[in-house]
Amino acid sequence: MTRIPDPAGFRPDRRSFLTGSLALVVAASLPLGSRMARAAAAGPFAPNAFIRISEDGRIVLIMRDVEMGQGIWTGASMLMAEELDVGLDQVEPDFAPPDDKLYANPLLGQQATGGSTSIRADWEGLRKPAAIARRALVEAAAREWKVAPADCTVERGVVRHAASGRSASYGSLVALAATSPLPQDAPLKDRKDWKLIGTSQKRVDTRHKVDGGATYGIDVKLPGMKIALLARCPVLGGKLVSVDEASALKVKGAHAVLKLEDAVAVVGDHYWAAKQGLDALAAKWDLGPNARLTQADIVRGHEEASKGEGVVARQEGDPDAAIAGAAKKLSAVYQLPFLAHATMEPANCTVHVTPDGVEVWCGTQVPTRAQAAAAEATGQPVEKVRLHNHLIGGGFGRRLEWEYVGIAAAFAKQVDYPLKVVWSREEDIQHDRFRPYYYDRLSAGLDADGRITGWTHKVTGSSVMARWAPPGMRENGIDPDAVECAEETPYDLGPVRVSWVRHEPPGVVTAWWRGVGPAHNVFVVESFIDELAHAAGKDPVAFRRGLLEKNPRARAALDLAAKEAGWGTPLPANTGRGIMVQHAFGSFLAVVCEAEMSGSNIQLKRLVAAMDCGQAVNPDSVRAQIEGGLVFGLTAALYGEITLDEGRVEQTNFDTYQILRMNEVPPIEVHLVESSESPGGLGETGTAAAFPAIANAVFAASGKRLRKLPLNLDKASSG
Amino acid sequence: MTTLTINGQDHQFDVPDDMPLLWVLRDVAGLTGTKFGCGAGLCGACTVHLDGQAVRSCQTLVSDAVGHRIATIETVGQTPAGAAVQKAWLDLEVVQCGYCQSGQIMQAAALLAGNPKPSDGDIDSAMSGNICRCGTYPRIRAAIKQASAA
Repeated sequence: MTRIPDPAGFRPDRRSFLTGSLALVVAASLPLGSRMARAAAAGPFAPNAFIRISEDGRIVLIMRDVEMGQGIWTGASMLMAEELDVGLDQVEPDFAPPDDKLYANPLLGQQATGGSTSIRADWEGLRKPAAIARRALVEAAAREWKVAPADCTVERGVVRHAASGRSASYGSLVALAATSPLPQDAPLKDRKDWKLIGTSQKRVDTRHKVDGGATYGIDVKLPGMKIALLARCPVLGGKLVSVDEASALKVKGAHAVLKLEDAVAVVGDHYWAAKQGLDALAAKWDLGPNARLTQADIVRGHEEASKGEGVVARQEGDPDAAIAGAAKKLSAVYQLPFLAHATMEPANCTVHVTPDGVEVWCGTQVPTRAQAAAAEATGQPVEKVRLHNHLIGGGFGRRLEWEYVGIAAAFAKQVDYPLKVVWSREEDIQHDRFRPYYYDRLSAGLDADGRITGWTHKVTGSSVMARWAPPGMRENGIDPDAVECAEETPYDLGPVRVSWVRHEPPGVVTAWWRGVGPAHNVFVVESFIDELAHAAGKDPVAFRRGLLEKNPRARAALDLAAKEAGWGTPLPANTGRGIMVQHAFGSFLAVVCEAEMSGSNIQLKRLVAAMDCGQAVNPDSVRAQIEGGLVFGLTAALYGEITLDEGRVEQTNFDTYQILRMNEVPPIEVHLVESSESPGGLGETGTAAAFPAIANAVFAASGKRLRKLPLNLDKASSG
Repeated sequence: MTTLTINGQDHQFDVPDDMPLLWVLRDVAGLTGTKFGCGAGLCGACTVHLDGQAVRSCQTLVSDAVGHRIATIETVGQTPAGAAVQKAWLDLEVVQCGYCQSGQIMQAAALLAGNPKPSDGDIDSAMSGNICRCGTYPRIRAAIKQASAA
């Protein structure tokens, strides 16, 4: 996901995170006695939207990023703890309420967690307010002691003045600090003084994830709450016609049948009663206009659309002439399937509609959108919707959608008790919003020396951006996500044209999926580069190196991965190494995959990654994200595919939508490049890298170029 | 009324005999540490112990659980294997989103209780029924080895 301008035109800046200090600034003009009283009454020291320090020394950090496994609560807490000069064990992360003004991610222009942007946005965005808070507390102590602030030091939240031997804890300084205007600015620590940044720290969110104590949205328990299981029309665009309500209500523990235009839910004391009721309901549907839609229709639709000219995202020189005059010409079509998110926590949302307002409990990557969805579905003003965000049992882009909140609210407004609406795994997969199908055409030329003379790449697919954030579209109609990492590759390719044809297939809604644009384009570009290397008779590493002279960070990552993987050393029969390199999400990543073919079966043997993500904030967490991201991508590369028949999604559960398992995952090594550049994104990098790494390994092992995902040698044409 | 022995205590529930144990634990007993992932015995998120053996609670009917000792993630730390697994999980930073980890830990604890020094093959065969979407498998494998050495 690329940068998305804010539809409302809001641009967070330093001023916006200081908004919270306004009350304190006003209080400073009052006489001292009233100031103290006012400060005490105001509660904790809240210098900005992110930091709350109480008189008892408790430090709560408000997390604008949601925690869905990526470790951002730890990374964000480390950044703030570093500048506050407190230990990571002294801070408590808490959920930010929905508020686009206070908690917008400046790279996304709204309160959203996605696009591997969090640590990039937080690097300045959270260290600065923490440094200002520290300065306010130190200056409060210095005023009290009548000493120079510069002569004070802080360790673990205790301010000391060495010469006078005085010390005061942050908690004891809260009231004093709150009576003076906040400093307008504060310098950030010099990197040589860092105690936390760059060290591997234990995650702050995991203690209760190993003892059953962590609460996800689906775990919410409320007095009087009932459980609803829903069924949506099996075909998108259809409608509910009738249900056998009496049979459903005969089930013991079933209480109500709730209907929407295209969905129905049975309410029970527990999931089992609701499920028995739903099974007895025998819902009849008008399947609507997509009832005869097949996967072949979808593929044909993309193929036909891809013959159109498309909109040009980037053009340099005349690639058509350069390719026409080349010694060798290559062209290829790559196809990528729809993908479901299949988060381990199925979609769910709990809503209680009362005469006073609406309360919502769920895990969401977009709190303000979730809040607005509940408001719209219940006809209440947004201010009346109270949203309780939760730890998320896997996001991967699924929780960037908010339709499950609106659906739950539409059901819940029909009853007066809190209603937890849970999706079965089958509903979760069949009625997910899918990563777009892509149909890409590429061509390139090679001169007599095997150098690339020109390059064209035409992407055809649905636009997530056009639906999700229309202002993110470029004026010429380009969806920047659809061409991300196609438009700009790490390579010097000579004359180049990258274009895009928007094609919206019927029968599905498309959505962000871990790795977004790069997960599509890096596969296509890195596979085609591999094809060109082979056609040029060159080693895939040497061929890439020759194209990376102007990109030293990408080349260094490539070299490190190749070295650590033993590139060029002998391998057993039917085994091959594939390599790839990418510059995506602000980071440089190269991966070598070693795979063995046994017949048409692909066995992963080893993965070696070299990551230059700039300054690693929490190095072990960086490694964890690369490991997990690779496994997520490899799962999709080997198995991931959503197909439609008669308008219905054919996959239903983990038997038909397979996930990589323990016995299939090889050792993974992650090597980090030391760097003092600003941090790059992490969560999606490994996922994007996995596809070409394994596809190139399969080619090296089998001689077969698989241009269609998921990788399937039985269906492969020779190549 | 049906009596079930959960985490060392007897509880009475007014639930049908053919109801999967998962929903008794989560929606009736309020023990939400046990997770719902697939409802079909395909992912292992709902793994609990029945007389010390790892079972999928979404495929275990109430009638099958009567008269047996049911243990969940909430008390697995009271067993030596469970405590070792939890510690190794935290030491090696296995956990990401965490949603599948209750099931992973219950499966690993049952493995180690019955086989204190599992081979790589033993680990693969015991753990391959448990899906993790965050891809924590390499760390799970390492953590089981650390716990087995404890």
